[in-house]
Amino acid sequence: MVDFLATYLGTPVLIVLHIFAIIMPLLGSVAYLTYAERKVIGAMQMRRGPNVVGPFGLFQPIADGLKLFLKETIIPTGASPVVFLAAPMLTFILALVAWAVIPVNDGWVLADINVGVLYLFAISSMGVYGIIMAGWASNSKYAFLGAMRSAAQMVSYEVAMGLIIISVLLSAGTLNMSAIVEAQQGLWYAIPHLPMFVMFFISILAETNRHPFDLPEAEAELVSGYNVEYSAMPFALFFLGEYANMILMSGLATILFLGGWLPPVDIAPFNWLPGIFWFSLKVMALLFVFIWCRAAFPRFRYDQLMRLGWKVFLPGSLIWVVLTASVLTLTGNLPE
Amino acid sequence: MTDYLLGYLPILIFLLIAVAMALAAVGGSYVLARHRPDPEKDSAYECGFEAFDDARTRFDVRYYLVAILFIIFDLEVAFLFPWAVSLGDIGLVGFWSMMVFLLVLTVGFIYEWRKGALEWE
Amino acid sequence: MIVQALAFYLFATVAVLSAGMVITQRNSVHAVLWLILAFFNGAGLFVLTGAEFVAMLLVIVYVGAVAVLFLFVVMMLDLNVATLREGFVEHVPMVVAVGFVLLAELLVLVGGWAVAPEAQGVRQAPTPDLAETPNTEALGAILYTDFLYLFQAAGLILLVAMVGAIVLTHRRREGVRKQRIPEQIARRKEDELTLVDVPPRGGV
Repeated sequence: MVDFLATYLGTPVLIVLHIFAIIMPLLGSVAYLTYAERKVIGAMQMRRGPNVVGPFGLFQPIADGLKLFLKETIIPTGASPVVFLAAPMLTFILALVAWAVIPVNDGWVLADINVGVLYLFAISSMGVYGIIMAGWASNSKYAFLGAMRSAAQMVSYEVAMGLIIISVLLSAGTLNMSAIVEAQQGLWYAIPHLPMFVMFFISILAETNRHPFDLPEAEAELVSGYNVEYSAMPFALFFLGEYANMILMSGLATILFLGGWLPPVDIAPFNWLPGIFWFSLKVMALLFVFIWCRAAFPRFRYDQLMRLGWKVFLPGSLIWVVLTASVLTLTGNLPE
Repeated sequence: MTDYLLGYLPILIFLLIAVAMALAAVGGSYVLARHRPDPEKDSAYECGFEAFDDARTRFDVRYYLVAILFIIFDLEVAFLFPWAVSLGDIGLVGFWSMMVFLLVLTVGFIYEWRKGALEWE
Repeated sequence: MIVQALAFYLFATVAVLSAGMVITQRNSVHAVLWLILAFFNGAGLFVLTGAEFVAMLLVIVYVGAVAVLFLFVVMMLDLNVATLREGFVEHVPMVVAVGFVLLAELLVLVGGWAVAPEAQGVRQAPTPDLAETPNTEALGAILYTDFLYLFQAAGLILLVAMVGAIVLTHRRREGVRKQRIPEQIARRKEDELTLVDVPPRGGV
């Protein structure tokens, strides 16, 4: 695969094919993630979940998608139409292009750039615009309030995420995603950096506006926040973007902490399986925890959320950075 | 240089494809779906009330404080990125240089904490 | 390398056009959104010149942080175009005067431009080859040691910014009820709860 791509990388056709080889499974996963979420939460609440459309309700996501596609796109009279429609598109586009640097197997990456981690950080820092634009363009109080909350929440947790990533970078000594995975041969970073892994997972819950940090949506008070005025396809794009982001962030956590495509132990029965199997398995495990959190936890209050981000995660991850750097320097284990 | 740029070419193409897909999805749905505009349907949702003023009003000054503090800490993280990847090459000078930098910012952080700027009341 | 040239013209054209939109838009929120597009295309141009680290930082810091603050500010200002245009005419002389002073300053600056003698030497030592050293590492190799004072000065500037922001914007509110987590955790059943055996028809 590596040589194959390296030889023909100049051919745009192959790049396009590779891109579709990323987008199509991704959109499929998003569709079935919504199904899995409803089934899992259903099971946790002793319900059945979707079971009418197709066998075991398996066609439910397709039916939902078709329905949203054929509905009327309502643009509120007070809204700014261009920004209103651009906001969900932006969310969707960002959720897709971030996948360009994610290695799903040894060498299976679209753009193996030197600054992969920074690229992802940059893309996720732009994610806040989709929401601010939606809230502002809708010209509705709920949407506006939800967007402001969401923006403040996302930027607060982004700082903590950045500092957590620094600890991993100190151990790996590179910004290239594939090289970070390879540096974990033998020991996944989730073990030495366990507190950071837990913090990272909680931060990505907040960053993707998932439960228990779903204050921007808070259906009980803000009637679903920034996307209250959205309908049909623009709403679907928000939805797709949000779920694609969940998968993306789980992928990022897998690469940074769970050894990406590496098998848990590098011995016979495990390393027969292809790397993409392990990568998908780890991502699915994290996504299950995402859903589990939704079923298990009540929503945070806004002051508690900000307190956790600024007063616990920020100093905690900063101390861990200093600690990691000191230990690595003292023991002479720094990567060259 | 050429190899380096070829690494970014797929990202550019990906971006163009993603934009095209987003436009196609919204445009396609807009063309196919039936439109029946109605003043009630198109007005902003406010629990059934008429919206009584513009939604884009002032909001709390604390949001700015969060944004400013975010910029400062984001810059701090930006300084940490090259440090983290090159710490093995720059030795103890580089290590202590960053420790002093972080100490200065920690002073600021403690000041914030004591002033209560990190609280959301 | 026709693709490179095409990409350059794409980014450059969009950057210039969106910069133009920034100063011609009536609606200040739209202006900031165009500004973000301009930043983004600037990052694309940086990538084309080989400065990938700077390109990513431009997006992370300017698009991801500074522009968010700008958006917060212009959203809150609640600018009204009609009132802004009032008194436009009487301010014209002042505006022209300020513009003239700025232009004169720029001309003096450009007129007095001289190439420093060391500049040629600096240019002789270009950035290391991208194929061997990624420019993040090249930057890290000198920023924290060779440019130590400048780096510490940057830290002090950030400290001043932090203190300044708090002094200017932070107001302590009176009468807010806060969650005190240690107290909540420290509460015990014995301190808070008493069981009273109420006799029938007796009341407490």
